Amino acid sequence: MRRNGIVGLAFHALFVAFMLAPLAVVALVAFTPDGYLSLPVHGPSLRWFRAIADYPEFVDSFWISIRLGLASASLSTIVLLPAAVAIGRSRFLGRDGVLAFVMSPLMVPAVVMGIALLRFLSILGIQGTFGGLVLCHTVVVGPYVLRMLLAAATGIDGNVERAAVSLGAGRFTTFRRVTLPMLLGGLAGGWVLAFIASFDELTVSVFVASPQTTPLPLRLFSHIAETTDPLVASVSAVILALSAALLILLDRLYGVDRLFSGGRR
Amino acid sequence: MKKTSPFLLCGPVLAMYALLLAAPLAMTVLLSFNSYSRSLGIVLTWDLRNYAEVISDSYFLRIFGRTLQLAVAVTLISAAIGAPEAWIISRLSPRWRTFSLLVVLGPLLVSVVVRTLGWTILMGGSGLLNQAFAALGLPRAEMLFSLPGVVIALTHVLVPFMVLAVWTALQQVDPATENAAASLGASPAQVFLRVVLPQAMPGVLSGSIIVFSLAASAFATPALIGGRRLKVAATAIYDEFLASLNWPLGAAIAVLLVVSVVAIVLLWNRLVERRFAAMAP
Repeated sequence: MRRNGIVGLAFHALFVAFMLAPLAVVALVAFTPDGYLSLPVHGPSLRWFRAIADYPEFVDSFWISIRLGLASASLSTIVLLPAAVAIGRSRFLGRDGVLAFVMSPLMVPAVVMGIALLRFLSILGIQGTFGGLVLCHTVVVGPYVLRMLLAAATGIDGNVERAAVSLGAGRFTTFRRVTLPMLLGGLAGGWVLAFIASFDELTVSVFVASPQTTPLPLRLFSHIAETTDPLVASVSAVILALSAALLILLDRLYGVDRLFSGGRR
Repeated sequence: MKKTSPFLLCGPVLAMYALLLAAPLAMTVLLSFNSYSRSLGIVLTWDLRNYAEVISDSYFLRIFGRTLQLAVAVTLISAAIGAPEAWIISRLSPRWRTFSLLVVLGPLLVSVVVRTLGWTILMGGSGLLNQAFAALGLPRAEMLFSLPGVVIALTHVLVPFMVLAVWTALQQVDPATENAAASLGASPAQVFLRVVLPQAMPGVLSGSIIVFSLAASAFATPALIGGRRLKVAATAIYDEFLASLNWPLGAAIAVLLVVSVVAIVLLWNRLVERRFAAMAP
């Protein structure tokens, strides 16, 4: 039988504790009633969650991050949907090249992307604008969207489309009524994953954001670099809760095991 | 049915990536051949003085040395703990397997800033780890602003990639080989080291490449845990761009970082391929 022994299970428990400890500690410290980073030994308190409202820059950054995630995930999905259909459904000269090109942001260090885009956007005169930030994030999240869309596109049975065509449907109708519904799982999964990737992004934003367009992770980063009060823990707890909710949503839409194995079962 | 040309379908994304990825990266390489003066800003000198400065300055060499040390340590620890963990997960019951994958891989979807903050709290002078050490009668450890501290936190950030890569490779392994070894009296450790690990090696290697490249260019964790004193390549690039404003020098450090990482990964790949070619029947 393939069973784990005591040693294996003990190792597993330690590993899981290692993975969860820093997240758990952030979530716990957020409920401290004290004025410094500590575990809530004097009973849980929402003091530092209420304090978030006193820091309008954190609230502003939260909404900037949400808008940024919505815009870049949507733009990326729209631009990549036709390409994913082409790459996933047909063979053509340069197909592998296109695929490698779109996946390449995963290979280029984020800090290098950051400085390259900073230089580029400042020459164009749109450095620090929200639009510029959206364009940068659209490129950064592209690989996640493409991977999910490709997994969905390669799984489609071409006979279903041919049946639609033989029954008199035009090319656009076939795509809209037959192909697109079959792509919907990958489309939704890719979009959510892109939103999360954009919402978490720090290193590119560090270079291309301005004080007026600071996304939440960057706001948090700058705040931690100066001072560590329990406020950073309560803001982090909000981010954690949102990430957990999106993870559950992704699981429902797509299944986490499939998500993490890159669409292969 | 007449098909829409794939080139037409790929057109928008190719245009976008050419403009927002290829062009900026090419411009960064060009930027590294320019120079910076306090009064004139960026001067188009077109020479190698930035590279000469980085290679000859012991300050930058130490930063690159530290970056390499960090990336190697994180990669080795990730392989040492991530590979067994992936195997253990693959042997759990389906329900626990899904749960464990969620716990181990889920943190990938949480902002690095939040994960690093957790380690800042744990490692602080009077943090939980030091309280636990005190309770066990161990001496206080100064982990914040130290290289071991950065290694631990960065391992936490990157080890999911190793688990994922090995787990994917293990899907291809025939469980009968493990059962055969176990039925012939091999201990679990022997089964893992002599039967499973050799078959999962491609996963360990691709995981190592991912973890190494990400560790060598990591920014947030070294910046927050290492602080100003413990600079690595990524934080040095940040300082040149946003503090000293010497963009050409920062671009040269970036080019050197990318070239070194690519060279090390290719060399590593070559060595491994040779080993595998020698092992193949």
